Amino acid sequence: MSTSSVSKGCFVFKPSAKKRKIVGNEEHFRRGCEEKDGCALRYKLCKQLWDRIISDTESLQDELNKKILDGLLDFARERSGGRKHGDWAAQMRASEIPTAALMLGVNVPDHDVTFQSLSELLRSSVGPYVASLQAKECGLLKHLMKRVLERITGGVVAVDEEEDEEADASQIQTGAQCSISNLCEWYKGKFKKSTGPNPPVVVIFKDLEAFNPKVLQEFILICSRYVQDLPLVFVFGIATSPSTIQNMLPHSVSSLLCIELFHSLSCTQHLSTVIDRFVLTPSFPFKLNGKVMQVLISIFLYHDFSVRNFIKGVQLALLEHFHSQPLSVLCCEKDVALDVVGHLQPKDLERIRGLPSFKRHVEAQTKEEQAELLTDDACLKEECKKLIKSLHGYHKNYFPVLRCLHALTSSLPRYPLGKQIRELHLICLENCVWESEDYGTAMKLLRMLSKDELGAGVQRCVEILEQETSKTMREALERLQELLSKMKGLDLSDMAPPAQEPVITSPVRNLGKKTDLFQLQKTLLQMNETRRSKRLSPFEILRNETVDFIETLVKSHLSPPETQPLHEALYYGSSATVRRHLNATPRTSIQAALSDPYFYLQNENLRAEDGGVSNRAPDICVAYKLHLECGRLINLFDWMEAYSTVASAAEGADPEAEDFGRVDEIRHARFIRAVSELEFLGFVKSTKQKTDHVARLTWGGC
Amino acid sequence: MTGPLQHPGYDEEKLRKIAELLPCREVQAELLLSLMGQPEHRSYPAIFIYGHRASGKSHTINMIMKELELPHVMVSCVECLSVALLFEQVLLSFFGADAAALLPRGPSLSDFVRIYRQQCSDSPAKQTRYIVSIMEKAEMLRDTDANLLPALLRLQELVEDNVSVILLSEIVWDKFRPNTGCFEPLLLHFSDYSKGELQQILSKDRHPSYSAEFYSSYINILLGVFYSVCRDLRELRHLAALNFSKFCEPLEEGKAKESDTHKLWRNIEPHLKKAMRTVYLREVSSLQWEKMQEMEEKEAGAVRGLSAHTHVELPYYSKFLLIAAYLASYNPARTDKRFFVKHHGKIKKTNFLKKNEKTSNHLLGPKPFPLDRMLAIFHSVVDSRVAPSASIFSQISSLVTLQLLNQASHDDQLDAPKYKCAVSMDFICAISRTVNFDIVKYLYDFL
Repeated sequence: MSTSSVSKGCFVFKPSAKKRKIVGNEEHFRRGCEEKDGCALRYKLCKQLWDRIISDTESLQDELNKKILDGLLDFARERSGGRKHGDWAAQMRASEIPTAALMLGVNVPDHDVTFQSLSELLRSSVGPYVASLQAKECGLLKHLMKRVLERITGGVVAVDEEEDEEADASQIQTGAQCSISNLCEWYKGKFKKSTGPNPPVVVIFKDLEAFNPKVLQEFILICSRYVQDLPLVFVFGIATSPSTIQNMLPHSVSSLLCIELFHSLSCTQHLSTVIDRFVLTPSFPFKLNGKVMQVLISIFLYHDFSVRNFIKGVQLALLEHFHSQPLSVLCCEKDVALDVVGHLQPKDLERIRGLPSFKRHVEAQTKEEQAELLTDDACLKEECKKLIKSLHGYHKNYFPVLRCLHALTSSLPRYPLGKQIRELHLICLENCVWESEDYGTAMKLLRMLSKDELGAGVQRCVEILEQETSKTMREALERLQELLSKMKGLDLSDMAPPAQEPVITSPVRNLGKKTDLFQLQKTLLQMNETRRSKRLSPFEILRNETVDFIETLVKSHLSPPETQPLHEALYYGSSATVRRHLNATPRTSIQAALSDPYFYLQNENLRAEDGGVSNRAPDICVAYKLHLECGRLINLFDWMEAYSTVASAAEGADPEAEDFGRVDEIRHARFIRAVSELEFLGFVKSTKQKTDHVARLTWGGC
Repeated sequence: MTGPLQHPGYDEEKLRKIAELLPCREVQAELLLSLMGQPEHRSYPAIFIYGHRASGKSHTINMIMKELELPHVMVSCVECLSVALLFEQVLLSFFGADAAALLPRGPSLSDFVRIYRQQCSDSPAKQTRYIVSIMEKAEMLRDTDANLLPALLRLQELVEDNVSVILLSEIVWDKFRPNTGCFEPLLLHFSDYSKGELQQILSKDRHPSYSAEFYSSYINILLGVFYSVCRDLRELRHLAALNFSKFCEPLEEGKAKESDTHKLWRNIEPHLKKAMRTVYLREVSSLQWEKMQEMEEKEAGAVRGLSAHTHVELPYYSKFLLIAAYLASYNPARTDKRFFVKHHGKIKKTNFLKKNEKTSNHLLGPKPFPLDRMLAIFHSVVDSRVAPSASIFSQISSLVTLQLLNQASHDDQLDAPKYKCAVSMDFICAISRTVNFDIVKYLYDFL
């Protein structure tokens, strides 16, 4: 580009607006498919599922919060109304400010949603005067007051923009307006005439732990002076434990509050409901494979306890799936998918033929069928429709059976198949569950259950299967019901083993005689054997029958999804991508870049064997490599000498020459820059222990 | 006690009412009234009243001012975020909103005095005006401008008006006296209530549906139990309200009459003993206490106090981070090698246990430690390999917001920040039990 200016200097060239092509969202979904239709369809499906996740989580959240919020609402209503009653007890505690301590768990980012719905509910059902406060906006009492007044009076308080510049000058203006007495006047003015109970003024402290205790104490002290005229209600959002209140507030302040505790659902239970809603259901077409599930769940359990992040992870996987997999057009409801198959382009059909799962399926067919499938498109389409039907059928049976198995095994001692259904699901996703050792133990334990326990388990299974509609599940249900009624039919007399006395008595009688140790052992072994081989009681027969039936169910329905042809269309499996996006490791990336510059720069010159760094690498890489060889304290001069040697070798200087490795100005400057870059990245820092030395840091400064 | 208050210049009817409203404070009220003199007399410029919490200071002043209809303004120093607010309140209630509006932004004391004098010349005082300042946080007035307190004490001189400043505080005057010296106010002490006086006052708020004697006998029992541990009127009033319904229970069930003191006593005693354990703690709200009493028969401890819930659910790595922080806080850095290096070689025990470190580190409290040390310990105690991902670091900062860790260095210091572990031994033991980590084995104090 050129300018008409004659002077030297920097000029800004704004890109002309015309050149920028506005790319529609659909355009991004074109990896591996050039047809416009495919892109649009993929985008549409992705958007649908995405929106569904959002709306479903919202409704789920509301459902889960309902109980605790209802409790809180009652509390707020009662407290504001109770004041008016002439009740003696209420009068005695009239000077206390009713306070709800809301226990929300440590996943602080998740709290926002709860508080949002809480304040909406409060506004709609208790009264319009709700102020929610965050610790970071209330550093000083002045600010806290201002926020409260602003939010309750609805922005009547003049917000002074120049606060930062001339805080002192504006003090009088804000100070004069921001006091609870003003609020009190305002409130009284508003309700001069009304006779009924007035709506309370609710102040929500979202993150109590983060508030400055002093500010909070003063605020409460001030409020308590007006509690007779102003019906205040506080809500404390507490992330850790209720004893925080005692830690933060001295007795003189906490005695002004009348605290009531409310507990919210624990985050693990919340996660279980979310998994139940999105993962363990055939109605949500998009699925995660075992590895991705594992990554998401371990991020939840090990790192943040945040359900919101878990859902974000599912959304990310969804996006990635539709973005990277052209066959994701088939990831939708059964009827829609069947329709889509009819419109598949030849290119897509080729892709289907290339799917590993489809190849395996083809190999299982006869020769003629194989040939047909590989050449005839119409035949392939028909086959695809069949496969999609069977895939959806598989899911329809998989989840109920999974739930049944969990219902039976979740109460076994030591939980061989996991306590939570998600653990069992993970096992089933990985490989055939019936081949695992834990499954064997679980079945063995099931065969030892008492009648009541087994009956209860089967009853739960029946309840689960009752909600299912598919034919196979109906049949299973009938069979289980039959077994259950049989089990109930057995009375106690049938439970006792049938008479077999003659067989058992003889060795027992032998025991009475004087025997040596060997003899005793033999007799005992013999007794054991006879007991094992003895005829089973009717209950035991029934029990075996039941467990056998469960096993057949498991074997026919709980095979891992990898065995199903076309599963690639529904299952997302790139756990590495998910991990990289959700659990970033900046430090590792920086180290990778420094120790192996080729990894990012992709320059052939930089390729180095056996983990070394080529001497042509950027200065910072060389400096980094050299610093790794030093101890905790690094002598800057030695380091520079070493660097300069490497640098001259890189320039191809003759090692025998006199000035080889000599530090000239340029090398000096390059070295200093590299060191300061390393310091910026947190690998070294200057130290006062020794002059001319820097200290090596292990974990970085941040 | 003394007879009814008598003071020339005031309506006798009103004085009698005051005496009624101020049980056990007649002496002080009498003294105050005589200090204040007749309404049109000049009053003493400054009076300083001190006494413990809930000894009736503000109540007495409030009642006198209200009942005798004296021109006055009550200012709470906690509420006055700035001097401006104090000035404004004074001007507003003495001269109306117009005067208050005259105050410039960020007014100084001289502005205040100027406006006061100006307004005062327009409407000179017929009676003594009183500025009552409540210093619930006494340090408030000390911490504001150095000249504020001396100026307030000399306000009468400064504004040449018949005005008197009354200061109420829980702290003795000696702690206030500025080092530059000032006008000495008259000191007035409100002594603590005696047992008899407490009884008399508490008996005043009786339940409307029961006779006064009955309530007073209840208060007698209550004081008998609690007087030895708690003399705070407010707390006692709270306890009285809390337990009264229990006390009345036999009456309502028809098992006892109001005169069956002994029976009632036997009924209430165990409950009061129980309440004794939580006195001052305010663990549960009064409402929940009642619920708790009801549930007691069914299952004990269903609703527990605040301090009973100390368990905190934390993510797995957060637990280990907290454990690492605890170890770094309570172990001397020198001993890390012994605890966390697998083959640390032989370290002589006598050498290892230094004499000056014999005193328990747990008695000295947590020591600050750099982030590096904590992470090194973390990676050594956690049983699997953990990538140093961003979420590990964000967990550290969320532990700080949860107040489980404290940042010992300044917020701005990005380079090698320092932390302190802020959890108790019991808490960390509970946490480490959930991850099967025997923390006691790693603590220097328990070696």
